[in-house]
Amino acid sequence: MIVTLTLNGEERSATVAGWESLLTVLRDNLALPGSKNACEQGECGSCSVILDGENVNSCLVMIGDCEAAAITTVEGIAVEGELHPIQEAILEEGGVQCGFCTPGFVVTAAHLFAGDPRPNEAAIREAFSGNICRCTGYGALLRAFDALAEDGS
Amino acid sequence: MHFVDARDLAVALDAKAEQPEAEFLAGGTDLMVEVNLSHHRPEGVIAVRRCEELLEQDSRRIGAAVTWARLERSPHRALAQLARTIGSPQIRAAGTMGGNVATASPAGDGLPWIAAVDAEIEVVSRDRGRRIIPWSDFFVGVKDTTLALDEIITAVVLPEQMPVSQEFAKVGQRNAMVIATVNCVVVRGDDGFRVALGSVAPVPIRAGRAEQMINAETSISEAVLEEFARLVAEEVRPISDHRSTEAYRRHASGVLASRLVQRCLSA
Repeated sequence: MIVTLTLNGEERSATVAGWESLLTVLRDNLALPGSKNACEQGECGSCSVILDGENVNSCLVMIGDCEAAAITTVEGIAVEGELHPIQEAILEEGGVQCGFCTPGFVVTAAHLFAGDPRPNEAAIREAFSGNICRCTGYGALLRAFDALAEDGS
Repeated sequence: MHFVDARDLAVALDAKAEQPEAEFLAGGTDLMVEVNLSHHRPEGVIAVRRCEELLEQDSRRIGAAVTWARLERSPHRALAQLARTIGSPQIRAAGTMGGNVATASPAGDGLPWIAAVDAEIEVVSRDRGRRIIPWSDFFVGVKDTTLALDEIITAVVLPEQMPVSQEFAKVGQRNAMVIATVNCVVVRGDDGFRVALGSVAPVPIRAGRAEQMINAETSISEAVLEEFARLVAEEVRPISDHRSTEAYRRHASGVLASRLVQRCLSA
């Protein structure tokens, strides 16, 4: 089947098997490998994307269910080559070790801050409860998001 | 593979009547795990994530495609509590009440609530019409229900009188992304306490003897609560598996149920 969707603001089409995951199609058909494939069972959050305004695991989204959907991936977070404040904040705090979880954290943070520019620490911790960092680099990430929330811009 | 994007119920019903082996897809949080990990290839898929009738919610019905993220804001206290404990924000944005009912996992967090408030499951077939099934007739075994091949779950139907006093708790190995070791709902209505538990039997169960005992008491003393917890622990039918042991699940069932009775009393 052919699926047409709005991807990072651009209309894109792909010829797919309907049961494939959105994650697979992003990486293999649409040349967007930023969303990472780690657990394939919705446990780790490294494939987080924003689908019709909701932060979801793209490994659990069937591509056949994406017709006319609006999707933002990690590649769509920076605007016109300018890093998003979230990305700046992560760089500032050194919130990256191996980097595999980073795209998921960036997308989840973008979704969180779009809904609430000044989340408190509890809200930040809750928002990231579905994103796992196996380097356990949570401290630097939390400091980055706390700093951004205090900044409030 | 045949993929149907059912934006309204008539389309979903037609598709199911024409291809009964097709599988419904709501949030994908169960079906896609199976597809990804066991390389299960569905013959057909009928997607209901955007099916209008299934997204509706009012005081008597919760549409099958209503997500846990929406139910976190439910006016039904225990439902809002349990919704917040499911998976992660990403899972709650996708997973649905109807999916929980359809999967019928013994650990499904929505199921003890359905059992405690005595909700019913509404199912529809294009050719045979609508059935409203009491929850206790719907869940028959581990991931097994009386849903027929040509039927779709459309809603969880609530009784007219919903208990205002209701509490949920679960035990698991951590806070987020956890599958319940034991989950429990206690409600207090005009007829007294009702106690339902999950993860402790093939299907969600009510602790009927414990309910009778506590509802016959005029005041809830420490001794009454202790006896109540003992009866709950006796009535559940847990197994030992990779998540916990039978003994621990029995103990936790009694502790959770008596704790929730106390919370209902102090609310």
